[in-house]
Amino acid sequence: MRVLAAMSGGVDSAVAAARAVEAGHDVTGVHLALARNPQTYRTGARGCCTLEDARDARRAADVIGIPFYVWDLADRFHEDVVDDFVAEYAAGRTPNPCVRCNEKIKFAAVLDRALALGFDAVVTGHHARRDEQGRLRRSVDAGKDQSYVLAVLTPEQLGHSIFPLGDTTKAGVRAEAARRGLAVADKPDSHDICFIADGDTQGWLRERLGSTPGEIVDAGSGEVLGQHDGAYGFTVGQRKGLRIERPAPDGRPRYVLSITPVTNTVTVGPAEALEVSTVYGQRPLWSGGSRVRAEIQLRAHGEVVPATVVASPDGLVATLDRPVRGVAAGQAMVAYQPDPAGDIVLGCATISHAERLASAA
Amino acid sequence: MAYLDHAATTPMLPQAVEAYVSAAREVGNASSLHAAGRCARRKVEESRELIAAVLGARPSEVIFTGGGTESDNLAVKGIFWARRAADPARTRVIASSVEHHAVLDSVQWLEEHEGATVSWLPVDADGTVKLDVLRAELDAHADEVAVISVMWANNEVGTIQPVPELVAMAAEYGIPCHSDAIQAVGQIPLDFAASGAAALTVTGHKLGGPVGVGALLLGRDVAATPLMHGGGQERDVRSGTLDVPGIVSFATALEASVKAQPEFAVRVGALRDELIDRVLDAVPDAILNGHRTDRLPGNAHFSFPGCEGDALLLLLDAAGVACSTGSACSAGLAQPSHVLLAMCSDEERARSSLRLSLGHDSTKADIDELLAALPGAVERARRAGVKKPAAR
Repeated sequence: MRVLAAMSGGVDSAVAAARAVEAGHDVTGVHLALARNPQTYRTGARGCCTLEDARDARRAADVIGIPFYVWDLADRFHEDVVDDFVAEYAAGRTPNPCVRCNEKIKFAAVLDRALALGFDAVVTGHHARRDEQGRLRRSVDAGKDQSYVLAVLTPEQLGHSIFPLGDTTKAGVRAEAARRGLAVADKPDSHDICFIADGDTQGWLRERLGSTPGEIVDAGSGEVLGQHDGAYGFTVGQRKGLRIERPAPDGRPRYVLSITPVTNTVTVGPAEALEVSTVYGQRPLWSGGSRVRAEIQLRAHGEVVPATVVASPDGLVATLDRPVRGVAAGQAMVAYQPDPAGDIVLGCATISHAERLASAA
Repeated sequence: MAYLDHAATTPMLPQAVEAYVSAAREVGNASSLHAAGRCARRKVEESRELIAAVLGARPSEVIFTGGGTESDNLAVKGIFWARRAADPARTRVIASSVEHHAVLDSVQWLEEHEGATVSWLPVDADGTVKLDVLRAELDAHADEVAVISVMWANNEVGTIQPVPELVAMAAEYGIPCHSDAIQAVGQIPLDFAASGAAALTVTGHKLGGPVGVGALLLGRDVAATPLMHGGGQERDVRSGTLDVPGIVSFATALEASVKAQPEFAVRVGALRDELIDRVLDAVPDAILNGHRTDRLPGNAHFSFPGCEGDALLLLLDAAGVACSTGSACSAGLAQPSHVLLAMCSDEERARSSLRLSLGHDSTKADIDELLAALPGAVERARRAGVKKPAAR
């Protein structure tokens, strides 16, 4: 096959490209330039969008011996990922930009262009597996598994995707990179959000959304406990940075329970009020039955909860076997079918809301 | 493989390789006083005389540099600084809007860091500098102008500029002109003294010499403030130990290419015309950019409507055809060419452009290979041209 290897400049995508060559594919490497101004993105070791990353990707392609190009997707990335990220926070939700990037950039804009140019598939260094039936499965490395951020891919997108690293741990990938003479073998993992240079998401959002002071309200009493600079600065489940001067009557810490953009209100309450037992998702992508038992993951690298999932074209409703805390609207809910050969992704949806237990309502 | 990117760099001539290797075997710093040093110095001076003779300059006007970018920087900044030092009112730079980045960015740097005022000369649809605008600028600002820089021929679209006319016009006001002639040497006739230019940039690797060596022809009475400070080896304008093998090889290639220029213009020009005709035949809506006749014999430059230039490059590269989209930034990102934008202010046309440049070893087989791959590549690139994916 003629395949396009998306090369971030990190160790995973370099080894994935090398494996694709070894598998007999005709591989072309492409680095996606996503930053309008690469200098402002995370530098070197931590990001994937700097000039240094582009150079690392180019060098890896040299070592592997494949053609290499840079594709400028900065405008698309800005519109579909960065602007969306800001709009989601402004709407009181907590977006996952990596999910969005996979959905709109890597496996959409890039894949479409690749197919049009005569490539058959896109290869990435994601830690996930695609089995012979075309189903997405978790990586053998549970700690590095990225199936959560790939669950949003349609069967068509998955059908044109190759994830060569799903059967290898991260440590194994690094060792292999060293064996192959790839200089990125010991490059630190990228994490956090690539387009927020200093990792200060709240500060970054404040620059874009401005200061919009509002009230912090107690969920139980309705009492105003304090002021905030902008509701977008909060995430459900957040405890730190609330700046509430009066302690709760019971002396226990308070957490963000919900964000209401219309009234610019942040509602706080005790930890147990965070607990939800039913989660609703919209924009579903579903390959399972209409009512199934599954394991649900509600955020990246989050815990997994057994649940009963009812699927309809409008959305997913997951009734959890036990309540969980800190479920934020805007995140993805991903349903897995446990399997010894890698849990199988049944589908996903974007969390719209979650119901609290009766006692906390 | 069909190598159609000679404007980026062209293969070294065998005699230039030989000259390089033979000089590289010898020890000797051209500034040393002993026999080995004198021997090295002799080679440098013979090369200088050869280049001067071939390009219509005096030996003392040949300043060896590390290549075209350095020569352009030295000319633009050096003459600007020297002229401003002599007369603080002279803070204006006039340059064409289609200059190579080595000039363009030097001028912009002077604007940002040295308080220069810039008059950018517009070009017509063929990429030719508008002389009437130069006349108007000179009438309005002659007393402020430090230096004028207009390239001899454009590196992207190949259009040859009316440098002698432009220099003559500037001479009426006593203003020095620099011209970047990197693409022109060996392709079209060129004579430094006859041109009247104050400074001229040439480089080795575009005419069959090595990369990393070039020269600035700088008129005897033209002052330039150095960019780099050190031993002052080259007329106290340029410092750095002279690269003897590079210089010898450069001079060898330059002599050979200038001697072969009439033959080159005829043979490569005919090949280029065939390339243009066949491309326009195979892709009828392709647009030839640049002047149809006043262009470098080795240059062909097209826009392919509906295609991204970098998609075409990828597809042609996969088919063994090497070409260029024009300019690239440090990350290798395709930027719409400032040259095309200056000519047509049509970003889509600029993004859909491709340069196919021929050189001394180009053959008809290269064109056959290009034409075998091009129609399919254009068709594919057109399919990829629409960037919006289907909504989920």
